[in-house]
Amino acid sequence: MKSKALIALILSGGVIMAACNADKDAAPANTDKTQPETVDLQTEMEAYQAFAMEQMDHFLIETEKFVIAVKNGDIDKAKEIYPKARMYFERSEPIAESFGDLDPRIDARLADLEEEGQGKEDWSGYHKIEYGLWVENTTVGYEETADQLLKDAKELRARVETVEVTPDLMITGAVDLLNEVSTSKITGEEEIYSHTDLYDFKANIEGAEKIVEILKEKIKLKDAKLVDTLTAKFTDLNNLLAKHEDGSGNYISYEQLTKEDTKALAEAVNQLGEPLSQIGIIME
Amino acid sequence: MSDQQQEKLFNKKISRRQMLKYTGAGAVGIAIGASGLGSILNTFGMMALEDDMNATNKVLFHGRHQSGIATQTQSHVYFASLKVLVTSKNELQELFKMWTPLAVRLMNGESISQSDANGFVPPKDTGEARGLDASNLTLTFGVGPSLFEKPGLGLSGKKPKELKDLPHFPKDQLNPAYVGGDICIQACADDPQVAFHAVRNLIRAASGKVSLAWSQTGFNSFPVKNGVKQTPRNLFAFKDGSANPNSKNNQDMNNVVWIQPGESENWLTDGAYLIVRRIQMHLETWDRTALREQENVFGRHRDSGAPLRKLNEMDELEVNRLDEKGNPVIPVDSHSRLAREAGERIHRRAFSYASGVVDETGAYDAGLLFISFQKNPKQFITIQNRFGRSDKLNEYITHRGSGLFACFPGIQKGSYIGEALFSIL
Repeated sequence: MKSKALIALILSGGVIMAACNADKDAAPANTDKTQPETVDLQTEMEAYQAFAMEQMDHFLIETEKFVIAVKNGDIDKAKEIYPKARMYFERSEPIAESFGDLDPRIDARLADLEEEGQGKEDWSGYHKIEYGLWVENTTVGYEETADQLLKDAKELRARVETVEVTPDLMITGAVDLLNEVSTSKITGEEEIYSHTDLYDFKANIEGAEKIVEILKEKIKLKDAKLVDTLTAKFTDLNNLLAKHEDGSGNYISYEQLTKEDTKALAEAVNQLGEPLSQIGIIME
Repeated sequence: MSDQQQEKLFNKKISRRQMLKYTGAGAVGIAIGASGLGSILNTFGMMALEDDMNATNKVLFHGRHQSGIATQTQSHVYFASLKVLVTSKNELQELFKMWTPLAVRLMNGESISQSDANGFVPPKDTGEARGLDASNLTLTFGVGPSLFEKPGLGLSGKKPKELKDLPHFPKDQLNPAYVGGDICIQACADDPQVAFHAVRNLIRAASGKVSLAWSQTGFNSFPVKNGVKQTPRNLFAFKDGSANPNSKNNQDMNNVVWIQPGESENWLTDGAYLIVRRIQMHLETWDRTALREQENVFGRHRDSGAPLRKLNEMDELEVNRLDEKGNPVIPVDSHSRLAREAGERIHRRAFSYASGVVDETGAYDAGLLFISFQKNPKQFITIQNRFGRSDKLNEYITHRGSGLFACFPGIQKGSYIGEALFSIL
């Protein structure tokens, strides 16, 4: 073999190597980087789909209770169910979001619609009833909205079975859940009437945590330390959230948080987000 | 090796261990030769990274002193004050070790990673400096008094006695949002995006280990005369830094800036103290002040930068000279006179800043990101106390932010940022 070719060979080896994490020994040599979809995540994807369906089952059950309370004019009951029913939706948001039409019908804020040049007359779903409950202190006039919400929740449940869960949906979804928290929950924009943002906050985190739990063994194969870091950062954030919870799953109003509280939460979310964004190494 | 084997290798990812096998011995090692081997090992992070002497607009990272102190002031700064989140000395040491090769790469004008092949994870380098050259980037690392007070870090015994929060000065109105910090990174460059990119990537690489406490951008513009950069003007249009030591004169710098053996804790020898002050300048009131009054405030002529009644910027400030009526030519309460009378010198590396609007007043939030280097904070404190309540300039400025940091000595090849702080002795 000629030495020139050898130099080229070695150098190209270096270039290939540089493309992966130079801090650790390379993964088994049979993982071809140009074909990442060959990584088998079938079990994990099935587990996630099962989780999403279970969440949607509960979401439907709780939404039905909520709708009955609204139609019975039971304001207190409706207010009690509202934040907890929504948590099932928020946990599996990566899935719900994949239905571009259903998601806004269930979860749109008035501000979202106004941004698109729409108004109150186009509004439906949970946040519209939230407005009735907390601002107008009534359920009167919201019966039709409640009926539609139940229909949409049923449709969502049915369609979740047809979702094709992909590795990308899970990997991107975990980070997206955190980004949801950083951009809308942390500012209190999600629940501007009920101020129950901490419930959504917690649910988004649990949704991300679930994805990590499902992928844990796969991540461990690539970087065991990353699993430890993620566990530690989830714990930090959950501990911070627990400070605002009464022990039985009820959170204080977002309005009661001080500027320092929200800053601490935001920082903990960012501290978690950075390692979380690395879980895609399982595709290497 | 057969052609077939060669083919196979091309298509395979080669582990570091395998790489060693191929490069370590025998015909292969000889074939690639010394320089080739070096560059390969470099790629594998197995050799200390070096300054790339061929990089465009590059300042050296390695050397006796840190960059960004004696370096000719660049056009832009991104100054970051950080809180540390790590709780042990070992973790802190690892942080500085991790930052060192990144700093070398950044100052070479390189991306902190060569390639991002896995589309399922975010790119290692945030990428906004791609295609830009080194832009004379300098990175200056320092540590604040609060770092030594963290119990878990076990550094209290290494704290120099002069490293303590600056005293309160007359008329200070500090905003806690711009005060202190455990670590500072001063990133200066002739391109604002290069400076920002550097800090952003250092902090991101240290996620979970540090968090940003406060930061400030700043800018400077240099008139050029006969190819030489002139002293820049601040937002009051006066020249800033005329009385600096000559940064090319070792004797001058040793007297004013560089800590000499025995002058402080050993780990700080060849280092310096950085003082940062975020000084709001009340542009609205200044702009309705008559030119003669403006010049009396500084004790210098606005256009030339010369001391009053002199022609050239570098002319001697004649503090004893009286005018026809027997009054001092340089007013007793003028800024440059008081600075001179303090009898101390510092090395100023100030930048202007413009950061939107002050909420309460609707005024410009603009002014001076004052940065100075000195071997002892006392030099600055003496000058600042001399300004006291009498400095005419006080009417037009308010100090809003403050920080004191001990900047490490320079980093030798194979060493890492702040190594002396962590050594056993």
